[in-house]
Amino acid sequence: MRATFNKTLVELAEKDNRIFMVLADIGYGEIEPFAENFPDRYYNAGVAEQNMTGIACGVAMEGNIAITYSIANFPTLRCLEQIRNDVCYHNANVKIVIIGGGMAYGPLGISHHSTEDLAIMRALPNLVVLAPSDCIEAKAATEAMIAHNGPVYYRCGYKNEKDIHRGAIDFKIGKAIEVTEGNDATVIYTGTIGYNAFEAVHSLERQGIKCRLISMHTIKPIDKEAILKAANETGAIVTVEEHNINGGLGSAVAEVLADHSAVGVKFKRIALPDINVSLVGSQEWLRGKYGMSSDAIADTVKALVFSKTS
Amino acid sequence: MERIKNEEIRQSDSYLKYQEFATSIRSHCIRMTNRGRSGHVGSMLSMADLLAVLYEKILRVKPENPKWPERDRFILSKGHGGAAVYAVLAEKGFFPMEWLDTYYMDNGKLSGHISHHIPGVEFSTGSLGHGLPVAAGMALAAKQAGKTHKIFCLMSDGDCNEGSTWEAIMFAAQHKLDNLTVIIDYNRIQALGKMEDVIEMEPFAKKLEDFRWAVCEIDGHNYDEIEDVLSKVPMIKGKPTWILARTVKGKCVDYLENTVSCHYKYIADDKLDEAIKGLGGQL
Ligand SMILES: Cc1ncc(C[n+]2csc(CCOP(=O)(O)OP(=O)(O)O)c2C)c(N)n1
Repeated sequence: MRATFNKTLVELAEKDNRIFMVLADIGYGEIEPFAENFPDRYYNAGVAEQNMTGIACGVAMEGNIAITYSIANFPTLRCLEQIRNDVCYHNANVKIVIIGGGMAYGPLGISHHSTEDLAIMRALPNLVVLAPSDCIEAKAATEAMIAHNGPVYYRCGYKNEKDIHRGAIDFKIGKAIEVTEGNDATVIYTGTIGYNAFEAVHSLERQGIKCRLISMHTIKPIDKEAILKAANETGAIVTVEEHNINGGLGSAVAEVLADHSAVGVKFKRIALPDINVSLVGSQEWLRGKYGMSSDAIADTVKALVFSKTS
Repeated sequence: MERIKNEEIRQSDSYLKYQEFATSIRSHCIRMTNRGRSGHVGSMLSMADLLAVLYEKILRVKPENPKWPERDRFILSKGHGGAAVYAVLAEKGFFPMEWLDTYYMDNGKLSGHISHHIPGVEFSTGSLGHGLPVAAGMALAAKQAGKTHKIFCLMSDGDCNEGSTWEAIMFAAQHKLDNLTVIIDYNRIQALGKMEDVIEMEPFAKKLEDFRWAVCEIDGHNYDEIEDVLSKVPMIKGKPTWILARTVKGKCVDYLENTVSCHYKYIADDKLDEAIKGLGGQL
């Protein structure tokens, strides 16, 4: 997915000379085309994310679009106050891009897992929060992010993610995409874990349970309408995210349901427990350990569908 | 004069011991990263000689009692080189050698970045620029409690791009933390390029002197020089010590040496034996 992002960005920068890249010593093997094509719009701030964000903000304040870019938490948590005070407060046209959302960097360990980002980024005023789930969404999200005037957070995958969508999609910031129709329950996912949700929904279909599958590529502003419609029409919602159980997609969906007194809706969040993951393993192995394999997702949905409402 | 002295040292027992230890660290790292299909082997090879002297001679630690309160504290701030410290700790008996085989594996014991869940590891790192502030905090607490153990922090040049590192540099000088020693694995290569093309630090030694540290520059692959300076810290009473150890990223595997790409590569199966054989007897 990072390759898709970088390729799309180069295409956009070809047409728009306001696009700058200010990164923090990360991007080997990916960012070279941008660096070579636009040497006067490419800067490596060194391993210095606070400065990267400040520099990008300054560049954006002068009428440009500045991309910050690094691994997992480095362009977010490492420079959180620069994002809050400098970028968001001034509504600066900075796009914060992370590579390796969730546990994409698997065995590198917790320093390289981005598993609280959605909660934290979603709490910042003015910031749009995007988490594309496959390369088709990644391309569309990159274009939408650049077209949007204001700060955006972009949670990118790493590599070799499988496509969920077939062909063209209608991607709009804040508008969820219905991947599969169904009325027995709704599965709402965000980010690259979506593929496992997609497989789960297909296996449930073979068992006679027809689920609606929704890609919530925008966590903020969240698509309230799609959530309430799903609650109304399917009566059961399962959220799936590669993120701490606190404050991410599941919380955002629950807030919408509670705010609209959507009582009686069966609801379950699939997310990481509220712990520091210390197990060592690949992304897919870790997902399996925390109940996010396709089979585990299918089991959770099935259990919810057949559960009694109290 | 200098050369004659080195020749003599080369014959000495301790020289051979360091060399043997460093070679075993390097060979573990090459095998671990090969098995894990993981990166950072160049970063590990770069600091192997520094680790060999630290753990063979300098650090007062007890493998049978990793939490011994009087131990010297060692923090690896460039956590991406963690496999090299794991190799050291396994060789020293902190944990079973078999754990090394699980590096980077599903359900493995050892993660890509160094973790405090492993016996003998003082602190987890992985995000650069975190090691020195924590080391300075440990040095401060030791002084406050009247303890005599020392704190050592092994850092990379990339670590020194971070503002937090410089904040700690000023703090340590302000509080006269002469129980704190920083060793820079000064290979002058970062993740996207050479220092001169990313963030040049020179005159590095002078910067630190101006920041009121005791500074010394050594060859980070010369056991004599490493042992000599580390045995004498603090170099100046009342000042923290900054050792700029000039190293070669990828050291001892000729085609990796001094390349940016050795930050990402592992040595492939068909080159493994040759690389490990090439380590033996390297001076
Ligand atoms: C805060 C932070 N930003 C970015 C990275 C990604 N990263 C890992 S190693 C590295 C730089 C490698 O160069 P250096 O720090 O000099 O280490 P060495 O050459 O000794 O491997 C970078 C940027 C990181 N680990 N932490």
